Amino acid sequence: MKISPSGGLTAIAALALALTAACAPADSDGDSNDASTSAASSLADCQVDDLPLLKDGTLTVATDDPAFDPWFSDDDPSNGKGFESAVAYAVADKLGFAKDDVTWVKAGFNQVIQPGKKNFDFDINQFSISEDRKKAVDFSSPYYAAAQAIITLDSSPFKDAKTLDELKDAKLGAQVGTTSLQAVNEQIKPSTKALVYDDTTKAVQALQNKQVDAIVADLPSAYYLTAAEIDGGTIVGQFQPETGDQEEFGLLLAKGSKLTPCVSAAVDALADDGTLKQLEDEWLDQATDVPELK
Amino acid sequence: MSPSPRQLEREQYRRRRTLRRGAVAAVSTIVVLGGLALAVTQSPGWSNVRRTFFDLAQAKDSLPGIAQSFWLNIRLFLVIEVLVLLLGVLIAIIRVVPAPALAPIKVLAVLYTDIFRGTPTLLVVLLVGFGLPALQLTGVPTSLFWLGVIALTLSYGAYVAEVIRAGILSIHPTQWASGRALGLSYGVTMRKIVLPQAIRRVGPALLNDFVSLQKDTALLATIGLVEALRSAQVDQSRTFNFTPYVVAALFFIAATIPLARITDYLTVRSLRRENGLVT
Repeated sequence: MKISPSGGLTAIAALALALTAACAPADSDGDSNDASTSAASSLADCQVDDLPLLKDGTLTVATDDPAFDPWFSDDDPSNGKGFESAVAYAVADKLGFAKDDVTWVKAGFNQVIQPGKKNFDFDINQFSISEDRKKAVDFSSPYYAAAQAIITLDSSPFKDAKTLDELKDAKLGAQVGTTSLQAVNEQIKPSTKALVYDDTTKAVQALQNKQVDAIVADLPSAYYLTAAEIDGGTIVGQFQPETGDQEEFGLLLAKGSKLTPCVSAAVDALADDGTLKQLEDEWLDQATDVPELK
Repeated sequence: MSPSPRQLEREQYRRRRTLRRGAVAAVSTIVVLGGLALAVTQSPGWSNVRRTFFDLAQAKDSLPGIAQSFWLNIRLFLVIEVLVLLLGVLIAIIRVVPAPALAPIKVLAVLYTDIFRGTPTLLVVLLVGFGLPALQLTGVPTSLFWLGVIALTLSYGAYVAEVIRAGILSIHPTQWASGRALGLSYGVTMRKIVLPQAIRRVGPALLNDFVSLQKDTALLATIGLVEALRSAQVDQSRTFNFTPYVVAALFFIAATIPLARITDYLTVRSLRRENGLVT
């Protein structure tokens, strides 16, 4: 078959037109960048009917899969067990949702933070609040303040460390995306580079294989890991991140979400009436006997 | 001797044709690529995407760390490529040698290629990286670097063994016959006559596997090695900005382009040599 030049050009022009038509802008909504976060609204203005929800009448909450203890229980966020599951239902309750009106969806780390439309109203997954991150997403008021903890094996020479300095020569591991990793790099400054793992399960495996001397995680996770996951595991000590503010977890919403003020108001109300404290006592073993590492 | 009028006409026609073809190619390129660029940059979410994936300040921030980590990728694939080639040749030869006494080893070689070509590379990395040390055997390397090398060598050795075996089988039987007729032993015939031709013939396919291997060094992040992609991920998870990923991708592309060009060059050269094709 011979294509004459002009015929070829016509075909290409047609193709280009088709392409441009195919890529015509889809309807977009949400994700505007005007900071709509007016001063914290009062809960009175935040009842189900006035909320800009993903699906009318239901609150869609996201978390990662698998959902780890002690934040969730049995990998089932919808059972109300585990600290974050309980907090999510408490927030829903403050906004006027019945337990049955809450739907859970799975969202991995990257899905949660990518630009564009989100598939949830808010996400609860131990996301630490930071100024850098606020450029990409919205955070609610903090619902938990976490200390960092160092976990090692009973047989390890680092078991009796009293200061962060003593851990300088340890091979440390942490989970990617956590502030634990930042704490390692900025406060302990280990002599060999810290190893980075996808999740705590892999970091624990590396600890048991003696591929790392110690792993760093937030204190509640550390408690759970030494109690349930690691044979002969022990917590060396806890420390507070000193570089920035205290480590605080917030509910994560799309940048500029109209829901942010309401969710923040709900979290504030839970803090004021003591609910958050009570849920902490119920689900998170509080550090009383873990020494502070200077 | 001046060219005939007909020859001049012919040359003129060819020049005109070349010009016309060049013009058409240029116009169509501008129209199609321009249309695509327009479609992307005019989309409503483009400003978001540009901020999230192509932020210059972020790129500058993450560049030194990623560059430093990419040196680990380079060290990894240089070591692995050599080992894979050796393992591939060994397995391929075991599979083609007509020695009945070797039957058990042949069975193992067939099993090895089947299993490791069929297993997802990531799974091999996890099994070797976390499973081998868990055995607590003496002599098993504990260094993550070497565990990573073992995992990818096992995985890619199976692919490369099959490529090389195909190469050996494609060499015409007369080559074997000639070698043996000259009084060369089987081993010498294989080493000096068949193998060199076989490797040359499958060069492009081999280099293809090596390009793929270079990218798969990123899989070793799962066992704790902080290579370029993981380094990018650490930056990305701190700031929630995806630009570091794009930076890491550019490093990988930069490392594979030379290999891709060499592959093209070798392909054309062997075509010329073997078929007298002028391309």
